[in-house]
Amino acid sequence: MSVRQYELVYILPPDSTEQQITEIHDQVASVVSRMGGQIEKTDNWGRRKLAYEIGPHKEGVYVLEVINTQSGELVKELDRRLKVMDQVVRHLVVRVDEEKKVVERTRTKRQSDSERRRVKRGLPPQRQPGEGRQEEMDDMDDDRFEGAEV
Amino acid sequence: MPFGQGRSGGGGGRGGRGGRGGDKKTGDKQQGQRRPMFRRRKVCKFCADKIDDINYKDVKLIGPFVPERGKILPRRISGTCAMHQRKLQTAIKRARQLALIPYVTD
Repeated sequence: MSVRQYELVYILPPDSTEQQITEIHDQVASVVSRMGGQIEKTDNWGRRKLAYEIGPHKEGVYVLEVINTQSGELVKELDRRLKVMDQVVRHLVVRVDEEKKVVERTRTKRQSDSERRRVKRGLPPQRQPGEGRQEEMDDMDDDRFEGAEV
Repeated sequence: MPFGQGRSGGGGGRGGRGGRGGDKKTGDKQQGQRRPMFRRRKVCKFCADKIDDINYKDVKLIGPFVPERGKILPRRISGTCAMHQRKLQTAIKRARQLALIPYVTD
């Protein structure tokens, strides 16, 4: 079975200390390693304002973990554990490897397509600096939705 | 071409309220002349900017598609293509779960 990649984001209370954060991280890491996965990357976003109140909290500490694993059982277990932990305000696990693959594919396809077209037109495959239209779409951003019918 | 006849059939704000068929038969041309509305052609932002990955973590990217009220901006307004609107939709829903974007705001 191929390796799957998951992203886990969880929110901790804003007043949690550095130590508590690492504690949770260690708990997650232990579950992951026990079930035969590994954490590829951990990213602490720090304190952020929540878009809506969750219980008593208006802010939260966001932590992102990228997990590589072969079994979906790991995610099941992780999810269950996180649900039980009351220090975790909210969490979300998303599988990302397939989407990443698709993104990669479209990107390479676009690149190779444009290169092929350029070669056909007798141009070098890479875009040269100072070529093509420049900054014409400048005013497109602000009033993009102007004149919209509701 | 400042106003295509076919395109203005959808109705510009006030004009198009009364039934599509009737609008097309009677008022189309006249209205077009009275209010020569120039509507900018709507382009899918993600296609234009070649953004492949619509990620739920990227609030800056998603933000403009969630107006004040917290609803998802419909395609007919934003001009997003179907594929990207679908991806945007899942991204927004995920971001909502993580309280990055509100469900509702009053």
